[in-house]
Amino acid sequence: MTGSFDILIVGIGGQGTILASNILGEACLIEGRAVKGAETHGMAQRGGSVESHIRIDGKYGPLIPPGQADLLISFDLLEALRYSHFLKDGGKMVVSRQLVMPTSVFTQKLTAPSEAEIIAELKKHPLCLLDADKMATEAGSVLAQNVVMLGAAAGSIPLNPESLLEAVRRSVPKKTLDINVRAFELGRTFSGTC
Amino acid sequence: MDLQSGIMEQRYLLGNEAIAHACREAGVDFVSGYPGTPSSEVIDTLRMQKDRSYYLEWSVNEKVALENALAAAWCGIRALCTMKHVGLNVAADPLMTSAYTGVTGGLVIMSADDPFAHSSQNEQDTRCYAHFARIPCLDPASVQEAHDMMQEAFGLSEEFGLPVLFRPTTRICHSKGNVELGAPHASGRKGEFHKDPRQYVVIPAHTRVLHKKLNEKQPAIRKRLVERGFNRYDIHGKTAVIASGIAASYVQELLPPSVSFMKIGAYPIDEDWLSDFVKQHEKILVIEELAPEVEEIVRQVAGCVPVFGKKNGYAPYEGELSPSAVAAIMTKAGFISSNPFQQKDPIQNLPARPPILCAGCLHRGAFYAIRKVFKDGIYPSDIGCYTLGLQLGVVDTTICMGASITVGSGIAHSGEPRDVVCTIGDSTFLHTGIQGLMNAVYNGANMTVVILDNRITAMTGHQPNPNTGTTACGVETPAVSLDAICRACGVSFVETIDPYDMTGMINVFQEAKKRPGVKVIIAKQMCVIMMRRAGIRRGKYTVDTDACTGCGTCIRFGCPAIEFADEKARINDLCSGCSVCAQLCPVGAIAREAKK
Repeated sequence: MTGSFDILIVGIGGQGTILASNILGEACLIEGRAVKGAETHGMAQRGGSVESHIRIDGKYGPLIPPGQADLLISFDLLEALRYSHFLKDGGKMVVSRQLVMPTSVFTQKLTAPSEAEIIAELKKHPLCLLDADKMATEAGSVLAQNVVMLGAAAGSIPLNPESLLEAVRRSVPKKTLDINVRAFELGRTFSGTC
Repeated sequence: MDLQSGIMEQRYLLGNEAIAHACREAGVDFVSGYPGTPSSEVIDTLRMQKDRSYYLEWSVNEKVALENALAAAWCGIRALCTMKHVGLNVAADPLMTSAYTGVTGGLVIMSADDPFAHSSQNEQDTRCYAHFARIPCLDPASVQEAHDMMQEAFGLSEEFGLPVLFRPTTRICHSKGNVELGAPHASGRKGEFHKDPRQYVVIPAHTRVLHKKLNEKQPAIRKRLVERGFNRYDIHGKTAVIASGIAASYVQELLPPSVSFMKIGAYPIDEDWLSDFVKQHEKILVIEELAPEVEEIVRQVAGCVPVFGKKNGYAPYEGELSPSAVAAIMTKAGFISSNPFQQKDPIQNLPARPPILCAGCLHRGAFYAIRKVFKDGIYPSDIGCYTLGLQLGVVDTTICMGASITVGSGIAHSGEPRDVVCTIGDSTFLHTGIQGLMNAVYNGANMTVVILDNRITAMTGHQPNPNTGTTACGVETPAVSLDAICRACGVSFVETIDPYDMTGMINVFQEAKKRPGVKVIIAKQMCVIMMRRAGIRRGKYTVDTDACTGCGTCIRFGCPAIEFADEKARINDLCSGCSVCAQLCPVGAIAREAKK
């Protein structure tokens, strides 16, 4: 095995999983560590389920095998459940308390688990659940949810939080810099209880 | 590493960004291609550079792109041509003969394969084309190697005077990693065409000679690819794994120290060199994605050494490999004692979340009107975002670019009595749709063609096309007239309509339904993603819950902005204000949100 620290970031196309993975990659560069990643592009981005794999200290392939992830960061409750089998035993979840139902649930009248049912299932793993959208709004923009999530997960990632913050500064558009720095700090404060 | 000015830099890059950077380091002079996942970001990266020292175009299709790049390479400059694997089928005609004519400047053809068909119609293997055309092919195992190979590919092309195929897969193009980069440089080369009919006019007398020359080049190519280190091995014991492409990275993660390892990164493989390696072992396992290209050669040289691979059921022919899949193959073939990964299965019966047409997408309105007017119709469709119309029941066939109109006319001529209504995007129509339309009119088909015109190549990341009014580099250019093209093909019924105007759409379709011959309806509206990027905001819509009867008409429209809870419809934040649902609501319960 490689000894890499494997993080899976999941969500719905358009929620900012790619920026989150870029920030982690940049933080690895800052610390001079190897990093590998893989992500979903193309047609899969049109509101579909998306996944970004990041392997800190990864030397070989970019894909995390099921049962190997050290950390799962999810921007949606249902997506957290969908990818939960990627976590290793004892692997941690940082999840935004947000549930967007797939359109197919309405158009094809599919049954879907309720918020309470999903959370009960997720609690089988060490779970940090946060209202990332509210916290992002508090930081200045609901679009900064991805950075809130990274802040909240920072304590569980083997990277110096200062490197992560510097990576946020380097990766986000200049005009949203202050909002994103606030979003990261808000998430980080929350991580005390994660 | 000390490249050019000695500047070296580490960056965290997408595979395609690293590939684009390598082209700049190699001093590329000419770039062409047609967008296709997973290849598109190479040109998207190159066209966004501020200090471009190269000519760059998005071409109308892959054949056009390759012929342009080939000619540039004939003029002695370095040319890159990019496409996805199925695009190489379109470019196959010039490809096969370009191996005969050869090149003077380096020509690298990037054809990105898509194992598991993440965003493709098949899982074909570009390495087979290289074998077929007898040209070298590079097959990287990582983002860094993709960068390094692309940097060297131009020189290799010049050394042998042959186009080089560069074949990354989705897991290279869309992987990321820390990459060591060299400095980009502008070559300053100018093209110069030296007339040489024996090289560039492939009449039979010339081509017979050229074919012989191509074959004579092969042994030296095979040796050179080993010398360059693209194909290499380490001997550790009496058993060996031979792997290629990204599968080599997965194998290295799992390889026990007592097992020898051969990494194949380039083709053609030198059989003598391969044979020396194989004969030093008692058992060989070949792991590669897609076609058994490596395995077949290994089997040719193996003699009585047992070979494990696809041909005896140890590895799959189809789909994508992964660390877990490779671990399973190595376990089954006895190269590792047990699968080191915990076997965990996904939770069953969760509602799937497939990609879906955006809220406010013009295609949804057009599909709704088609289904309304042509209830029993047959709906051939094409390649683009609108293939997602499958979810709306308005896509009956999709095979390849441009095949909506041709499949439509084939069905219409077959004696099938139902109405045929094709859908095709503007970029796809310009790619290979026009010939089908001309053919349908010429041969008197009865059918309706709907051109879904959002003036951009949306699905692959919003690349401009001749219908957009700008080039790949943002220079204004005359936009083609789809209306005039259709009329020039002989279509007399050509109507352009706003797909947000339901009444107008339905009236036009009803009119088309009454008429014989080929009818074209151009459903024209801006892509909602482009609209948002352009800063255009329309007011959102909202449901009056007192008026809503919960009939479900708007839900069946299938827009992701419309949800259903407590027997009432609700519009969420995704609404882009297209207004179609308000037009559909039978009780008028949907209206534009009052300004706050």
